[in-house]
Amino acid sequence: MMVLHPPDEEAPLELDASIVLAPLGLYLLGALSGVVFPSLTRVPYGFALAGSLSAIAAGLWALANGPVRLDLPSVAPYAALNFRLDALSAYFLLIIGVLASAVSVYSFGYADARHYGGRAVGTAYCAFVGAMAGLVLADGVFSFLVFWELMSLASFVLVVHEHKEAEVRRAGFIYLAMTHAGAGFLVAGFMLLAGASGSLLFDGFRTAAGDLSPLLRDGAFLLFLVGFSAKAGVIPLHVWLPRAHPAAPSHVSALMSGVMIKTAIYGLIRVSTEFLAPMPAWWGWVILALGAVSAVLGVIYALMDHDLKRLLAYCSVENIGVILLGVGASMVLSANGARGAAVLALSAALFHTLNHALFKGLLFLGAGAVHRATGTRDMEKLGGLIHAMPWTAATFLVGSAAISAIPPFNGFASEWMTLQALLQVVAGGDGPPAIAAGAVATAALALTGGLAAFCFIKAFGVTFLGVARSAAAEHVREAPAAMTAAMAGLALACAVLGLFPTLAVQTTGAIAAAALAPTFLAATEVITAAPVSSYVPTGMLAAVAAFAVLALLVVRLIFGPVRERVSAPWVCGVLLEPRMQYSASALAKPVRIIFQGLLRPYRISERRHTHGAYFVTEVHYEGGLRPVYEAYLYRPVVSSLVRLASRVRRVQSGSLRLYLSYIFATLVVVLLLTR
Amino acid sequence: MTPGDLLLFALQLPLVVLLAPALNGAIKAWKAFWQNRQGPGLLQPWWDIAKYLARESVVSEHASWVYRWAPAVYLGALLTAACLAPTLAIFSPLGRYGDAIAVVGLLALARFALALAALDTASNFGGMGTSRELMFAALVEPALLLGVFAVAAPLGTTNLEALAAGTPVDMAHVLAFGCLFIVAIAETGRIPVDNPDTHLELTMAHEGMILEYSGRPLGLLLLGGHVKQLVMLSLLAAFFLPWGSARDLTAPALALGLVAYVLKVTVLAAALGLTESLNAKLRVFKVPELLGTASVLGFLAVVAGVTGGAH
Repeated sequence: MMVLHPPDEEAPLELDASIVLAPLGLYLLGALSGVVFPSLTRVPYGFALAGSLSAIAAGLWALANGPVRLDLPSVAPYAALNFRLDALSAYFLLIIGVLASAVSVYSFGYADARHYGGRAVGTAYCAFVGAMAGLVLADGVFSFLVFWELMSLASFVLVVHEHKEAEVRRAGFIYLAMTHAGAGFLVAGFMLLAGASGSLLFDGFRTAAGDLSPLLRDGAFLLFLVGFSAKAGVIPLHVWLPRAHPAAPSHVSALMSGVMIKTAIYGLIRVSTEFLAPMPAWWGWVILALGAVSAVLGVIYALMDHDLKRLLAYCSVENIGVILLGVGASMVLSANGARGAAVLALSAALFHTLNHALFKGLLFLGAGAVHRATGTRDMEKLGGLIHAMPWTAATFLVGSAAISAIPPFNGFASEWMTLQALLQVVAGGDGPPAIAAGAVATAALALTGGLAAFCFIKAFGVTFLGVARSAAAEHVREAPAAMTAAMAGLALACAVLGLFPTLAVQTTGAIAAAALAPTFLAATEVITAAPVSSYVPTGMLAAVAAFAVLALLVVRLIFGPVRERVSAPWVCGVLLEPRMQYSASALAKPVRIIFQGLLRPYRISERRHTHGAYFVTEVHYEGGLRPVYEAYLYRPVVSSLVRLASRVRRVQSGSLRLYLSYIFATLVVVLLLTR
Repeated sequence: MTPGDLLLFALQLPLVVLLAPALNGAIKAWKAFWQNRQGPGLLQPWWDIAKYLARESVVSEHASWVYRWAPAVYLGALLTAACLAPTLAIFSPLGRYGDAIAVVGLLALARFALALAALDTASNFGGMGTSRELMFAALVEPALLLGVFAVAAPLGTTNLEALAAGTPVDMAHVLAFGCLFIVAIAETGRIPVDNPDTHLELTMAHEGMILEYSGRPLGLLLLGGHVKQLVMLSLLAAFFLPWGSARDLTAPALALGLVAYVLKVTVLAAALGLTESLNAKLRVFKVPELLGTASVLGFLAVVAGVTGGAH
């Protein structure tokens, strides 16, 4: 028996209701404007910008003034749209708002009539952003799933925008299949909870949280974990991500990697800390293992890839892994009773979620600017863009440093916190297996950091430094002002959050404390507990800058002013040719050799000869990787699915009368069962 | 900053800047002794740096501002790391601004700047050096953090003062020392990982990255490299040989700390030089095995440290 809960005492004020509705309404208007006025290609982005700014305002307001709720009148039983804007929702709404604002500004320059100007793009873009905003506000199963599906479908439309290419269609199909398989697991998980709590509203789940049997909680957790992992791109459920993200237009890729996959992190935190608490330690270990595998494999595949956008997509898999390391550590720590450290860990995960949205959004926008200017995403054809595209290069450099966890940028701050959390997992480990597992997670995070730095030195160095490797990269122009302004804004945000992490950590700490231990001390107190492990980014930056300037000044004072002569680089006495430079593949090759057992590289080269074996006219070379998960996981699953489907086909005779009798038989069975 | 910090600052900064090149000269002299030849004097690295600082620099026509700023960032990051690491006292002038993980971050910042600069010249040597150095660096990172965690986890903090005040007399510290000593070899670019004395393209990693530099920027990079070496040795000394370090800012304690520090880093540098003299350089693709060994040592040290501390 299910009951719809009447709205309780937190009855909405006028202001509260409009705070929730304003962003959603503006996104809806934007989507409609794209349909009604298809020639005005920039109008949807204007609405999206307004909606995103109002989302930021709503998020800030809710963080300051506490939760707001809004229940729209339902049109049909169970089909009510329920919204609740609490601290966790507000934080994710802020992330969506900040990134979507920047991306919308960027789109004024990027999505002009020549590129991505079709009516579907603007409409789907607004629907996509609006669905993500609605998703984090949803407070019931119906509204959550409606926005979840809307988000998936709108992004699917954007992914297959260039559907004339077979590769894009295939990417879209895999994306659709994976995202719906994941949604199936979510529906199953919600149905388990609904059955146990007798409610379809999150409030019902919250009140019933303490009474669930451990078996049911474990079962629901696993269902949600699979469902959310498929959306987040956790290895091995990530196969859609490196295909779909590069296929989409770059402003959409930025949102997909920056925020869409984070909605799964939001869902995981919401469900596991609120509906399924208390969480046993083994959930945390499972998530730590998934996080470690995703982080390491994600970054290795990113390093191997020379398509700028696919590299960034694989790197999103890596960062989801880093976020999951924080989430998993918080579950392990809170199950072990180390609540302060657990708050620190979850706070680190939330902070990294924001940081990744900022720098990954920035990098995808940069990749879009490069693609727009050169017409290619293949790094082997790029090079030397820093001279013609100084703004894009400088902002891409900031994003690269931030994502490589280089101080003083924001990526280092959140990775520092995650490492501190893992230190507590190791230090508080009961028994050698737990300590060993914590140490392995630490090593995985460290290896990820090192390889990520390699990956982005490659990405920035090969794309922007050196000499152009093809004609495509020779005569390029800087991106329009709207695009560079958006990238500069995101780069500034990376620097500001890197220098003043407390701006975000205060909020994430409070959210984590509320989620894990409502009565527990605030996270800021945890971090300053003695003996202090400190990291003061402003102090670091000041010291590095002061020493650098001091060194230059002292040297100048003693040895006189700088004398510099510009000349061709030394390449053993011949003239430099662009192809003498190290290519992206060559740079990454040592790592490919080290991990060849895992990466399974292959190489096919054929030579065509004239006049015997000594005169080669043509060499055909092809190389690549054979991902292990596709050979050992997907191929067996897909082929058994196909076999099953061919068996099921026997009941599908094509005869209408037979189908009618199926329907009749089903009806009789249902009536008998529900009698 | 407190007056105490400033006093320590005034001692530590000149100390590391003056000591770092001299220590490198000492390693060279020590290696010359083992090779049975007359080596350069102790102060030769100083004269080399001064020579380069005075000279004109030749810059690749393809280089951008990344190449021109990288040496300053490199040196700045490493000097900051040198002022974070405990040297003559168990605390350091910048100790309240960063911990062991911050030192790891600063090393990464220095490497990041240098690697980009190496790619900026469009010379193939830069790419080759970058490729190898970054492969080593990625594999060093887990070993480095596990080694640090082995010392830090029993104490529950990565605060450098707490780590330097520990009593390193158990199995965990022996294992962690093995781990971090291999890390120090790799980070300082010494045999068996890399060869600091060669410009042969088949073997070089770090030297390949700085090959295109000349004149003043090269001088800054050389000084930075020496400082980096001293930072690694200072960390080893602080974690594993804390005896004699000053525990307060009185003159006798600081004097004793200074003598003890110079002695400790000299012994550690001698160990580096001896390793270099007694081993051949590994093939590039044998190096991952050595670094993997370091990670395994670090892993065992973490487990030994935390289980040992619990009893």
